[in-house]
Amino acid sequence: MSSTVKEIDILNADDTELMRISREGTLSLNLNEMHAIQHHFDGLGRNPTDVEIETIAQTWSEHCVHKTFKSIIDYAEAGKAPERIDGLFPTFIQRATEEIAKPWCVSVFSDNAGIIEFDDTYNLVFKVETHNHPSAIEPYGGAGTGIGGVIRDSLGTGLGAKPILNTDVFCFGLPDTPYAELPKGTLHPKRVFNGVVAGVRDYGNRMGIPTANGAILFDTRYTANPLVFCGNVGLIPRNRCEKSVEPGDLVVSIGGQTGRDGIHGATFSSAELDDTSENLGSVVQIGNPIMEKKIVDALLQARDRNLYRSITDCGAGGFSSAVGEMGEHIGAEVHLERVSLKYDGLAPWEIWLSEAQERMVIAVPPENLDELIEICESELVEATVLGSFTDTHRLQVFYEGRIVADLEMEFLHNGLPQPIKQAVWDPPKHPEMPSRDKETKDYTDDLCQLLASPNIASKESVIRQYDHGVQGGIVINPLVGVENDGPSDACVVTPVIGSRNGVIVANGINPKYSDVDPYLSAAGAIDEALRNIIAVGGTLEQTALLDNFCWGNPDKPDRLGELVRAARACYDIATAYGTPFISGKDSLYNEYSDTTTGEQRAIPATLLISAICVMPDIQRAITMDVKAPGNSIYVVGNTYAELGGSHYFGIHGFIGNNAPIVRPDEGKLTMERLSTAISKGLVRSCHDCSEGGIGVAAAEMAFSGGYGMSMNLGSIPTGEEISADDMLLFSESNSRFLVEIEPEHQQAYETQMRGVPIGCLGTVTDTPDFVINGTRAHQIVNTSIDTLKSAWQAPLWW
Amino acid sequence: MLTPKVLILRTAGTNCDVETDAAFQLAGAETALAHIQNLISGKIDLADYQILAIPGGFSYGDDISAGILLAVEMKHKLTDALNKFVADDKLILGICNGFQVLVRTGLLPGVSSSKNGVPEMTQQATLAMNTSAKFECRWVDLATQESPCVFTKGINAEIYLPVAHAEGRFTAPSDVLEKLESNNQIVFRYVQSEYPHNPNGSDADIAGVCDTTGRIFGLMPHPERFLMKWNHPRWTRLVGTSGSSSEAGDGLAIFKNAVNYVKSHGK
Repeated sequence: MSSTVKEIDILNADDTELMRISREGTLSLNLNEMHAIQHHFDGLGRNPTDVEIETIAQTWSEHCVHKTFKSIIDYAEAGKAPERIDGLFPTFIQRATEEIAKPWCVSVFSDNAGIIEFDDTYNLVFKVETHNHPSAIEPYGGAGTGIGGVIRDSLGTGLGAKPILNTDVFCFGLPDTPYAELPKGTLHPKRVFNGVVAGVRDYGNRMGIPTANGAILFDTRYTANPLVFCGNVGLIPRNRCEKSVEPGDLVVSIGGQTGRDGIHGATFSSAELDDTSENLGSVVQIGNPIMEKKIVDALLQARDRNLYRSITDCGAGGFSSAVGEMGEHIGAEVHLERVSLKYDGLAPWEIWLSEAQERMVIAVPPENLDELIEICESELVEATVLGSFTDTHRLQVFYEGRIVADLEMEFLHNGLPQPIKQAVWDPPKHPEMPSRDKETKDYTDDLCQLLASPNIASKESVIRQYDHGVQGGIVINPLVGVENDGPSDACVVTPVIGSRNGVIVANGINPKYSDVDPYLSAAGAIDEALRNIIAVGGTLEQTALLDNFCWGNPDKPDRLGELVRAARACYDIATAYGTPFISGKDSLYNEYSDTTTGEQRAIPATLLISAICVMPDIQRAITMDVKAPGNSIYVVGNTYAELGGSHYFGIHGFIGNNAPIVRPDEGKLTMERLSTAISKGLVRSCHDCSEGGIGVAAAEMAFSGGYGMSMNLGSIPTGEEISADDMLLFSESNSRFLVEIEPEHQQAYETQMRGVPIGCLGTVTDTPDFVINGTRAHQIVNTSIDTLKSAWQAPLWW
Repeated sequence: MLTPKVLILRTAGTNCDVETDAAFQLAGAETALAHIQNLISGKIDLADYQILAIPGGFSYGDDISAGILLAVEMKHKLTDALNKFVADDKLILGICNGFQVLVRTGLLPGVSSSKNGVPEMTQQATLAMNTSAKFECRWVDLATQESPCVFTKGINAEIYLPVAHAEGRFTAPSDVLEKLESNNQIVFRYVQSEYPHNPNGSDADIAGVCDTTGRIFGLMPHPERFLMKWNHPRWTRLVGTSGSSSEAGDGLAIFKNAVNYVKSHGK
């Protein structure tokens, strides 16, 4: 009989036995945590049930409680005094937001997503999640339920937001990886790629949510641990942003039935993968987007009629987390036999922990139940009363009349011992690559190679499979230009049809700089996300950020040292730019080990920064494609000899050491002045300089607009002496843009930009020729935009 | 004057209802979003409306094939109401998934005229998987054909609209295609036959068809996604060029035509 409850004997267990219980139960609890549980039940004079220990494990999992970001860290760096950090999250993320203190931040870090103001009627919610471990094992289901999960985060914020936009960022192994080189038990990157794209496509498109922003990156270290970031923006009435729970409110589950799918997802994702992880099929959930659409349709009606007081999604940990969180401050009782099951035979702990998808939990005052059920019936969605919220301050779970868990909320939510972790940072030294000016006079091939490198190459074959026009609000598409195929810096949508108020969503991510210093990678990611916002017409003043850290095993001091570097950069750069964090998430333990060879692989330290900006008038938006011959092309912002971690070094097999630094004193002024110039209508097109530097940005602008360019490198403003042409052309210095200015606006533009380094590189031409003259008066690039575009479009078109 | 009332039919998986609703409102109609459950239960009466719009989406997940489950439900659970609606010379618009539904009910293309006012609900054509074998989201040029369609009266000879579908390849036996040509029932064709201009490989580049009366119209492209000029994918390139100063997108005309037709034929 599986429907029985087992007692777990921890009172008599020694340390070895405690760790066996943790490991064999996929509890992912360490010895310290097992001791805390043992001590607690010792005080009660009894052993925990399996339901109780599983509940604690879910609630205390890295996935649910983010203990690494809250832990005490002893940080050591060569040449510096040791430092004790009392929590990365409070010290670097939360503090930044508090100090920036934007009045338009409505709710930060407390609900399922961050909330900012939008207009007089609505606010916006924004959340980005990861679904890495499931996507490694079952790409289609893992990615689909990733997007499904983050949509429920929006729906579970305040009293429920209407999902209006998806953003997706993926990191995969190299698509041409030979099969023989695949780590044991892992899927080929191309299969992961296709499965993930199809999963996001089928879920997002069926939900009727435009997917209009994203990125895809490739690095061999993502082969065993692909990363899948799924984000969702929601629109919520301003008077529906607060939630509360009262004793006597009913615990009501809405949506799909509960099965054995997705059990231990939270704890599974808080551990490393190994070559046997592929056998863990049951930890991956099964998605049903139409069920989720029905839930959205029903709940938004119930929300507008004020039928419930609180809502949260059943994500990691299933009911155990959802009910446990909602009742944290009062108490709750749940009767598991009332749960609507897909099939019989589930043990009580399985019902309680199942991460079966498409379920929400709401707190319903009893007098509203009938009306709620009527709405659900007309929308063909199941609503089940599981129990009620109480004033016992206990989480009490019953099964067929017997109590199977009886936990104090206080212990459950605050009993987790704060860990102390060790972190070290020892900067790496890489061989330096000299300029190639002595070897070559022509960089046309280098430019084509850069455009064809998978990180830079066109993602059109993927983007076209996503519906970006549904809901009727798209203003700036992910693909722009004369043939609708150029790479837009960001997307703009109007969530209210007919309104001029727009939302810009962009992202920044550059794990390659982590090979030099994760501080620079994080700083650069923020700068890049902000550049993308500015490039389409946004402002720093109205921009909020999300942080999503994907890291290796934080129990290893060097990995944790990298995390400290990145988190510190988040504080430094966000406060300097005045852009607050409103939500974030971390996914740690992205490592793979081969249990037979002992081989260990970690992903590069990867921080995704997502940015959201409210735009008061969409008519001010611009795109990156050049518009007309005769217009001038300017570079905005200083170039430095910063090619460490650059794509140019990468195609020649180097990493280097001088990764781009963010100089917020320069960058902030540049972005503010440029924002104003764009809002005054002085800028015809704008593109940020990122991967591949000025060379790649200029080529993309030219071929997207269908016109050639003629330029001189000598006009590039530099922050230090740079004599090498390849450094000027491919440096990836931050806070730089290329802009196209019409002759009649040139003077006004230059006046507006006073105080910011700018240089007029050349002009847009009415021939397809793309010509760049070097500093020594010879052509270093001479080709056609058709050649450049083919190089850029070919690689990922499969 | 009568304000036309539009019923926008929803079910599980419908997802273009809000923008279709906005389109008819901008066109001057009074609208109601109604779940088919509420029509079947009698809570809402189709007879109170002059226009029935079936929006895009994935009705019932497009299980079995696109639009089929909703089509079966309409045919068998709303039989009388639907027959009367058609017999009363009212308007029906199906966009994308709604077009798939109308084709699977047999209301479109409706090549043989109805008997005693009762429409022939037998499927004559289908919307099959795109030849590219995948979902495609892109804008396409459409050529407006000479047809009795009331929704496209007086609109531009060419119109630019987005498509977003996986099952949009209109295909039918040759005798049906011949009748469509001779009855002038083809309303929109993709301007060029090659992929991706014809994004799905439709026979005769067909993007939209009407019934013989012109009062029932279905199309794969989404006019409700082009209500404002800023929805055009190249509007930033058109800024400052000559062209209409109107803020309306070209898609709105289709909804206005429907509303104006009801106003002038109002009962």
